[in-house]
Amino acid sequence: MDVFAYLVAAWIFLAGCYGLATSRDLIHAVGCLSVCQSATYVLLLAVGYRDGATAPVFSDLEPGARPVVDPVVQALALTDVVVGATVTALLLALVVQVSKRHGTVDPDELSELRG
Amino acid sequence: MSPRTRAWLVAVGGSGLAALLVAACFGLPEFGGDSHPYGDRAVEASLAHRTANTIASVNFDQRAFDTLGELTILFAAVLGCVVLLRQTRDEHRARPRPAEVDPPVRRYALLVLPVALLTGLYVVAHGQLSPGGGFQGGVVAATALHLLYLGADYRALERVRPVGLYEVGDAVAVSAYLVTGVAALLGGAAFLANTLLPHGTFNTLSSGGTVPLLNAAVGMEVACAVVVLLARFLDQAVEIEEESGT
Repeated sequence: MDVFAYLVAAWIFLAGCYGLATSRDLIHAVGCLSVCQSATYVLLLAVGYRDGATAPVFSDLEPGARPVVDPVVQALALTDVVVGATVTALLLALVVQVSKRHGTVDPDELSELRG
Repeated sequence: MSPRTRAWLVAVGGSGLAALLVAACFGLPEFGGDSHPYGDRAVEASLAHRTANTIASVNFDQRAFDTLGELTILFAAVLGCVVLLRQTRDEHRARPRPAEVDPPVRRYALLVLPVALLTGLYVVAHGQLSPGGGFQGGVVAATALHLLYLGADYRALERVRPVGLYEVGDAVAVSAYLVTGVAALLGGAAFLANTLLPHGTFNTLSSGGTVPLLNAAVGMEVACAVVVLLARFLDQAVEIEEESGT
């Protein structure tokens, strides 16, 4: 059970990679990239977990009364979410343009060069 | 490359990667373990600056410079989307038609809109006290505005959402973050160091020194960025049409 959370993160990452490699649709590929990224959330939060601990927020908790989970990885997960969302937006904008210029979003049909 | 070769390549590479990942999982520190040296020090530093939400303290005090980088990524991504999704020469803008909305949907959307907007602002304002902050609250506030698109129609949304103003707001918010950092520099401390303001009383709205200020700047930036992004995508879907016959 000790490594279960880490294995879940690895599994999610590999599932996303499989989707990316076999994707026939660019929007589907962008979704798969988000799946890959969500593996990092699981990994970060698993690394920061501490048995019997609570959230590192002291507005309703006496400091030192209970152990808290690692706040550094939670802040990293927040950064991760923001960067993930912006990358997804940028990639979807690219897909919109690809679809307009080439009339397709299948990566296999996009092999020819067009000036 | 034929689909068959690619499938083989993916299978070989994927199983190799899977083996390495599983091996790495067994080498990681024990799940739920008690040794979190950085976490313990972050909590101490956060309490020393009287910030109740340690994550806000990590983001806007201890790692404020990294958050500036994060803001820059967001800003650059919005800029990229604006450039990619502009209207091209062979397209024209069609005025969106007024849409019929079912009365229950309209009532519910208009009822929830002010509540959602207020929730967003609350989450931004209490970022240094309770879970939340500029990033989360900014997204809530920005999406709250778009309830108007669900409850009324695109023209109603366009009336409350002059995109140009939000683009300016986005830039102003990033500048405000920078100016707060430079102000610390002028005060004789390091860039973005939390020495500018008194740290206040623990667990009150004004505690945490510059953390609430930076939170507000980030909240404004994220809200404006999300509004601009969604506006560009909605323009593509609703307004911009290809020129017929070209």
